[in-house]
Amino acid sequence: MKIKQLKEVLGFLALRLCMVLVMAILVVVFWDIVTKGGGAVSWELLTQPPKDGMTKGGIFPAIVGTLLVTLMTALLAVPLGMGCAMYLNEYALDCKFTRFIRMSIRNLSGVPSIVYGLFGVALFVEACNFGTSILSAGCTLGLMTLPLTITASEEALKAVPRSYREGALALGATKWQSIRTNVLPYAVSGMLTGTILGLSRAAGETAPILFTGAAFFLPDLPGSLLSQFMALPYHLYILSTQHHDTALVRPLAYGTALVLLILIFIMNLFAIILRSRLRQMKKE
Amino acid sequence: MPLAKVKIKISDFNFYYGQVKVIKGVSVEMLAKNVTSIIGPSGCGKSTLLRCFNRMNDLIPGARAEGRAEIEGVDILGPQVDVVELRKRVGMVFQKPNPFPKSIFDNVAYGLRVNDITDRLIIEKRVEQSLRSAALWDEVKDRLKDNALNLSGGQQQRLCVARALAVEPEILLMDEPASALDPIATARIEELIVELKKHYTIVIVTHNMQQAARISDHTAFLMQGELVEYGKTSDIFTKPRKKLTEDYITGRFG
Ligand SMILES: Nc1ncnc2c1ncn2[C@@H]1O[C@H](COP(=O)(O)OP(=O)(O)O)[C@@H](O)[C@H]1O
Ligand SMILES: [Mg+2]
Repeated sequence: MKIKQLKEVLGFLALRLCMVLVMAILVVVFWDIVTKGGGAVSWELLTQPPKDGMTKGGIFPAIVGTLLVTLMTALLAVPLGMGCAMYLNEYALDCKFTRFIRMSIRNLSGVPSIVYGLFGVALFVEACNFGTSILSAGCTLGLMTLPLTITASEEALKAVPRSYREGALALGATKWQSIRTNVLPYAVSGMLTGTILGLSRAAGETAPILFTGAAFFLPDLPGSLLSQFMALPYHLYILSTQHHDTALVRPLAYGTALVLLILIFIMNLFAIILRSRLRQMKKE
Repeated sequence: MPLAKVKIKISDFNFYYGQVKVIKGVSVEMLAKNVTSIIGPSGCGKSTLLRCFNRMNDLIPGARAEGRAEIEGVDILGPQVDVVELRKRVGMVFQKPNPFPKSIFDNVAYGLRVNDITDRLIIEKRVEQSLRSAALWDEVKDRLKDNALNLSGGQQQRLCVARALAVEPEILLMDEPASALDPIATARIEELIVELKKHYTIVIVTHNMQQAARISDHTAFLMQGELVEYGKTSDIFTKPRKKLTEDYITGRFG
């Protein structure tokens, strides 16, 4: 009896330790970046292009570049992902073939991002002739995000009770009417939540944009979808490993990291707000 | 009294879920502006049979019907049947009240809107009529904008009746509509059914034999997918022809 209790206490302690460890790591990382990067964040950093071999100035083009490429990613991943999820969940028959498709989608989300990067070069940069550009990079990131978007959207659709669909059909609604008016409204915030989380991951990726459009240094803002662009994660990578004087630009690198983090944090916050609104709606 | 018209007729009707036959050679004629109840032990196929009349089973992969089923002499099983059109004529109320998480008004208006009725005045009039017919108007007339999920279970079920009536169906199918309700709410639903009979043909599934006896004109007793006995409710409950029926209604099993 005693031993059983001891075991339980120890087990509980071990679990608690895991949690504390994870939290501690997060806090340390965040603290490190905020303390070292906080000083570098200034109006100049946010509004000026890099100057003097990236030792001075700001990261404005990289902020704009990341926003633009994320927007491009969203344009591809949101409609396509939601469409796929709707097809899989509402229309496709549950057969071996669709189960195979589902499994493939799940597996695709485990493919390393550098592989997507190489694939993007082959497909968008070369085969589609988009060149290294916002378009190519956005499409590559979009492809990378799709598995997550589809899976999350499908879960959101599954969460809508069957009785909403049946109720609508029994009133003489067509299948599409029942989906549009009685399923999507209740699934859409869940779908968006998953999508935004996927997009925020894409915004922080370096590997997929490395060969598909991100530029080392480009003080002017991109002129079109076919221009190259600067991006926060890539800029950070350069400042911390490729720069001729990495020690000198350390504060700038931390500032960039902080800006990227805040950007992603804002996106996640958006997702959290959406989710809580969804919960409220369900309770009503 | 004029001869009652046959509204729903099925003959040699079989139904399968995949390989499993759950309705076996059932033939029944249900009369217009009558309440017909389907009784039987659970799992005997009552819901399945009911859901054939508005082709709701179409949604289930591998489900398949055989034989004939007609409404007013017109086949409802064939591939040429427009199921959307059919479901407008044959409304349904489910076992568990399933109001949509919309306002009371929008719930009742739903069937009108999906049928492309957009005129506000017509919708408002029809919503009021339907809520009155479902004996719910007085309780909700001051809060039509409230979310329907805030209503009590009994009110929700009457809302579902109103929602079905708004489409102006000819037939109303009800699958154990009172099984999730308390006795008072049940009594109100029963009153409502008797009232609705004046204008609609009603088919109701129930596992409650007193309920069948109280409200229905005809009763079909189903067991393991076979129709054991069908006839006037008064006959079924007072002088059943089959021993099985007698055993069931006297509560010896099921
Ligand atoms: N979707 C389904 N797939 C396969 N079998 C089903 C399905 N729905 C019901 N059944 C089976 O069909 C039989 C009749 O079910 P049902 O019509 O729901 O009975 P009841 O309404 O009389 O309780 C049961 O044996 C049940 O297990
Ligand atoms: Mg049933």
